[in-house]
Amino acid sequence: MKKHHITLNVNGDEYDALVEPQQSLLDVLRDKLMLTGTKEGCATGDCGACSVIVDGVLQCACLMLGVEAQGVHVETIEGMAQGSDLHPLQKAFLEFNGLQCGICTPGVLVAAKALLERNPDPTETEVRYWLAGNLCRCTGYDKLIQSVLIAAKEMRGA
Amino acid sequence: MTDLRYEAPNSLNAAVALLTEAKGLARVMAGGTDVIVQMEMDQSEPELIVDIKKIPKLRGISAENGGFRVGAATTGMQLCDHKTFAAAWPGVIDGVKLIGSIQVKGRASMGGNLCNASPGADSVPPMIAAGAIARVVGPNGVREVPVERIPTAPGKTSLAKGEIIASFFLPPRPKGSGDAYMRFTPRTEMDIAVTGVAINLTLDAEGVCTAARVAIGAVAPTALLVKDAGDALIGTKVDEAAIEKLVAATRAACKPIDDKRGTKAFRIEVTGVLARRVAMAALERARGNI
Ligand code: FES
Ligand code: FES
Repeated sequence: MKKHHITLNVNGDEYDALVEPQQSLLDVLRDKLMLTGTKEGCATGDCGACSVIVDGVLQCACLMLGVEAQGVHVETIEGMAQGSDLHPLQKAFLEFNGLQCGICTPGVLVAAKALLERNPDPTETEVRYWLAGNLCRCTGYDKLIQSVLIAAKEMRGA
Repeated sequence: MTDLRYEAPNSLNAAVALLTEAKGLARVMAGGTDVIVQMEMDQSEPELIVDIKKIPKLRGISAENGGFRVGAATTGMQLCDHKTFAAAWPGVIDGVKLIGSIQVKGRASMGGNLCNASPGADSVPPMIAAGAIARVVGPNGVREVPVERIPTAPGKTSLAKGEIIASFFLPPRPKGSGDAYMRFTPRTEMDIAVTGVAINLTLDAEGVCTAARVAIGAVAPTALLVKDAGDALIGTKVDEAAIEKLVAATRAACKPIDDKRGTKAFRIEVTGVLARRVAMAALERARGNI
């Protein structure tokens, strides 16, 4: 199979990889770049565990081919904390039990970050609709939604 | 598995040539939210993927002859975020907003939603109601095709080998126009329409309906334009008598299947209920800009 050479920027670092055309960006992140923070729940766009931000747009890494990622900027969960300084969303999730098993959490955090960048003061309903594509088997969603709202407030300095 | 070839040409001519010359199964990919899933689930094993996102004219929204030209690969999020388009065609946006999650809308396009030819595609009934025209480019040149004539059966379209939908034209909006789309689903989000209704209408200064188009989705092998339902509103003030006729004509046009998401009888019943609600929503929007 013909492999494609791609270079891409992930969380500010330049990477290159040889990818087969059917491999998804999720495969590339996890298996080629060893950035395993982004999770695979379904590989068909249903669960949101693979949420990443590509050139500023929130999307599922499983719904993009690796070959399409030539020259793009990707933001993943690995780029969220600055060293040992957690992002306010991460702090809120820890403090207010926004996670249990944690498999959905990287996707939820990345999706929530994309929301707060667009809308720093979302209503609970807006948070629920925005995160409708992120499935969580554990929390029953309420703690997760509340954690996002608490982080948003914190980030607004309120 | 056959060897998959990926091409991302930067002109329409190159894309058409690739598709025309392809020996095996070739798939056009815009957002990939159907194509990649179908490959992942082994429902489709193409030999060639032609990614059309690098073709500049296929992405973006521009003004044209008083209406809008929308590139077929324009993403759902681009459409939702485009203030003038969303203000002119709120019913089209009602449909686009329902295409999957925010993540999916970051990639998915109206061109893909139409060409995937699912009977339940949410952006298709509002585009039909809007009178949207698809610009189809292929080896024999360009054709302008009303959206309702693109899907022919579940998963099938009237596009010939080598043809691509390049863009859509949405016509100018006269004063007093409003459109709306609603669907029925068991869950509010992330679900597939059991039935859907779109209505686009125009009122004159006296509030009399001068034009109306009604389209239904998920209740037949393809989304349908229901001419009788639109005609039931034209010449009326969209009063109770007209609404009754609209509901009856909409129900009469349904040819649904029984499946796990709804029985035939349920789908027909709910389509009528939705027709009434959608007419009210379109009417309110139309009255807001007389
Ligand atoms: S792994 Fe991508 S949406 Fe589930
Ligand atoms: S915390 Fe377990 S799936 Fe969400």
